[in-house]
Amino acid sequence: MADDRLFDYVLGLADDALVLGHRLSEWCGHAPLLEEELALANIGLDLLGIARRLYGYAGDLERKGRDEDALAYLRDAPQYRNLLLVEQPNGDFAQTIVRQFFYSAHAAPFWRAMAGSSDSTLAGIAAEARHEAAYHLRHAGDWLVRLGDGTAESRHRAQTAVDALWPYTGEMFEAAEVAVTPDPAMLRGQWNETVAAVLAEATLTRPADGWMQSGGRRGRHSEHLGYLLAELQFLQRAYPGARW
Amino acid sequence: MTDPMIPLWEVFIRARAGLAHRHVGSVHAADSEMALTAARDVYTRRGEGVSIWVVPSAAITASDPGDEADLFEPAEAKPYRHPTFYAVPKEVGDM
Repeated sequence: MADDRLFDYVLGLADDALVLGHRLSEWCGHAPLLEEELALANIGLDLLGIARRLYGYAGDLERKGRDEDALAYLRDAPQYRNLLLVEQPNGDFAQTIVRQFFYSAHAAPFWRAMAGSSDSTLAGIAAEARHEAAYHLRHAGDWLVRLGDGTAESRHRAQTAVDALWPYTGEMFEAAEVAVTPDPAMLRGQWNETVAAVLAEATLTRPADGWMQSGGRRGRHSEHLGYLLAELQFLQRAYPGARW
Repeated sequence: MTDPMIPLWEVFIRARAGLAHRHVGSVHAADSEMALTAARDVYTRRGEGVSIWVVPSAAITASDPGDEADLFEPAEAKPYRHPTFYAVPKEVGDM
């Protein structure tokens, strides 16, 4: 039973990283600058690397012989456990940056705390993920300040993205029923601090706390995830077992 | 890309402690902090360095290629400025 819960929990973390990484890969060939093209692809690949290690661990916990490919390619949307935040569409560049910022402002302290976990596999993954997440946060935060405190148009787009994605931020702090998870109240405190500081520097307005979206961790997703998975899984679905 | 809000920066990377920073290329970025991040992503993805400098490209004053003859050709006629010009006496031995 404990293993089932841990499996679900690790699967959720893996799905977060895979889905967000895939979203970033959609920028390939479309980024506003060559420099940003490489940066977004780098971050996407960092996330994919973490997802692979987490899927590997989830497969070990489940003991049904499913490997990382089976978990990533052969589950439908209702079996995915990712946060609703990470499946939201790229939108404009501001929306991609704000989504990344909200996620990374949680992921950075999360992996930092997880590096001291009693679960040695998660602690090992966290040792790598914490530095990557800290960099992702710096990258997205730097951009958000420039967009918010930039031109009238960039400011408008940044504020629109902050307002649109805000209701998806509460889900990150829902309690998980596993012993290894870092304290959600501690994470929320750090997240609030980071977000307040960056929004203030970006001269953007922090939306009021209100009703929050929820359901991703239980497999209740927005329509966007189905389209994302259709593209991500197409090859394995059309040519089962294909290798190259 | 010549957007005046996103100028060009020259990137210098130190490969290891003790070595000098070497010019590796350039990036576009809105300001120096963003240029550092961009340089990190473009030029250090495979462990190329331990330190980065970025300098506004506009801060560089370059010699005019048209002056090449005046500036550099005179040196070509002065082989005695190279240590190899001088024969080392046998008595000196290995240097």
